[in-house]
Amino acid sequence: MTVRRVMGIETEYGISVPGNPTANPMLLSGQVVNAYATGRGIRAARASWDYADEQPLRDARGFEMGRHLAHPSQLTDEFDVEDPTLANVVLTNGARLYVDHAHPEYSSPEVTTPRDGVIWDRAGELIMREAVRRLSVQPPGVNLYKNNTDGKGSSYGTHENYLMSRRTPFGDIVRHLIPFFVVRQVMCGAGRVGIGTDSRGAGYQIASRSDFFEVEVGLETTLKRPIINTRDEPHAVADLYRRLHVIIGDANHCDVAGLLKLGTTSLVLGMIEDGFIREDLAVHRPVATLQAVSHDPTLQTKVELAGGSKLTAVQLLWRYFELAGQWLQSRYAGEPDSDTAEVMRWWETVLTHLEGDPLDARQEVDWVAKMAVLQGYQDRYDCGWDDPRLRAIDIQWSDVRAGKGIFHTLESSGRYVRLVAEDDVVAAVTTPPEDTRAWFRGQCLAKFPTEVVAASWDSVIFDLPGAPTMQRVPTLDPHRGTRAHVGAIIDAAPDATSLLAGLASVREAPTAPTAPTAPDDPNLP
Amino acid sequence: MASQEQTRPQRRDDGPDDTPEPTPPPAAGAARKADTDIDGILDEIDGVLESNAEEFVRGFVQKGGQ
Repeated sequence: MTVRRVMGIETEYGISVPGNPTANPMLLSGQVVNAYATGRGIRAARASWDYADEQPLRDARGFEMGRHLAHPSQLTDEFDVEDPTLANVVLTNGARLYVDHAHPEYSSPEVTTPRDGVIWDRAGELIMREAVRRLSVQPPGVNLYKNNTDGKGSSYGTHENYLMSRRTPFGDIVRHLIPFFVVRQVMCGAGRVGIGTDSRGAGYQIASRSDFFEVEVGLETTLKRPIINTRDEPHAVADLYRRLHVIIGDANHCDVAGLLKLGTTSLVLGMIEDGFIREDLAVHRPVATLQAVSHDPTLQTKVELAGGSKLTAVQLLWRYFELAGQWLQSRYAGEPDSDTAEVMRWWETVLTHLEGDPLDARQEVDWVAKMAVLQGYQDRYDCGWDDPRLRAIDIQWSDVRAGKGIFHTLESSGRYVRLVAEDDVVAAVTTPPEDTRAWFRGQCLAKFPTEVVAASWDSVIFDLPGAPTMQRVPTLDPHRGTRAHVGAIIDAAPDATSLLAGLASVREAPTAPTAPTAPDDPNLP
Repeated sequence: MASQEQTRPQRRDDGPDDTPEPTPPPAAGAARKADTDIDGILDEIDGVLESNAEEFVRGFVQKGGQ
């Protein structure tokens, strides 16, 4: 009955060396991770990710893909300590910073609200900016881009993760989420110059990823990309939870779009879990429609529902908005919590803007913000969509550097709505969210950097002085290990040995996943 | 469908004082500023945009990811 649930965003950043397009991106990405880690006193060379519980080939539909059938890029749990390009560290804010194939990736810590999702997502951008700054001392340095395509046929992801109840049938998720994802892009697409995966068509489209999707449902993430990804790797108590791995989104710079991406999706998932969506909103030919919607910045393209009715993307989103309003009304019969209320207000505002003149959303929605600038540029210089200057603006829009990234340049003069304070983002670079297990992970890293030899989403491993074996602390419930649960124990522990002793003596510690909290409502701690 | 009376998002208390009001209805001052300010925006872009756009675009080549 709320927008709150455990969630997070992982972003692969575009990477390039000025003047050297053939530079090895794997090595460069390793340099990025190492540059940041070294600057912060983190030992990046040491294996510090615990892969024991990773299951990238488990499918939510109830089976597992054979390793011999998997594309090498799907084997995300293989780890070769000899390979320096597999730099991989856990940060004191609870995030993971590592090399994912040919990109540096920042996986945010687990948060419980869309607002915190925006804060720790933007913290990741500051982390990448710091890495760029450190590498810039050796010209030409390395540049990083918070975008999702090079416009030449390659795409790399910004994935959202949502903790859901395992009780919800996966078929329900597929049925009700596909139509939503077909149209969600008009609220949170990043915008892109070029039509087609390799931009062979001139023009502007709403979302950077839409042309890269080929199927409705599937396990893959790097090829034959599906609207609904079925990777079933909960990183949590598997009997209680699933982690919905959403691969269809774009990276956002606008706070409002980022808030809506997480918030509206969480609300739709809540309605699905609650069995509240009774009507059939199935979209005819979803993949083709996804692309048709993306290719029409006028937002007039009609989406054909299975029942035969035709709606624009905005009209279909209004339908989801109304359902969410009814759902909240029926459950709360009054005021929802402040995070939910904030999402509902912005959802209504943005849809209102989009259904009038879409340009009215230019301070809130990335693709509109970018389009307004590009159209102005076209007017001034009388150029078409195939002009390289427009493509350059599109790329440079997402440069993470404050003085070079076009979004940041324009944002610094107050042209876009900011929902979170810069100070909060800066704090989130080093501080974990207080209300998930990320608190325990991050605080352990901050306080006992020598004794913590590895960590993952659901474990922290200690090498204690004098101990015969390493100690693995499982953190299988994302709602445990919060500041409320373990903050006092961490604060009181003078050393890691005392910490583990303190945890063992407390039933509420994250060491005991045997009695997870609130199985009926995994959304509430 | 959009007939509901629109509720205006209120700025949260923890926002900095210099954040723009997150309530930019089409006719509001902030939005009008953006209209008249496109020249300023373009000037700022001309100030930071890579000088050789064609080469810059050609040089931005990525390997596919997830």
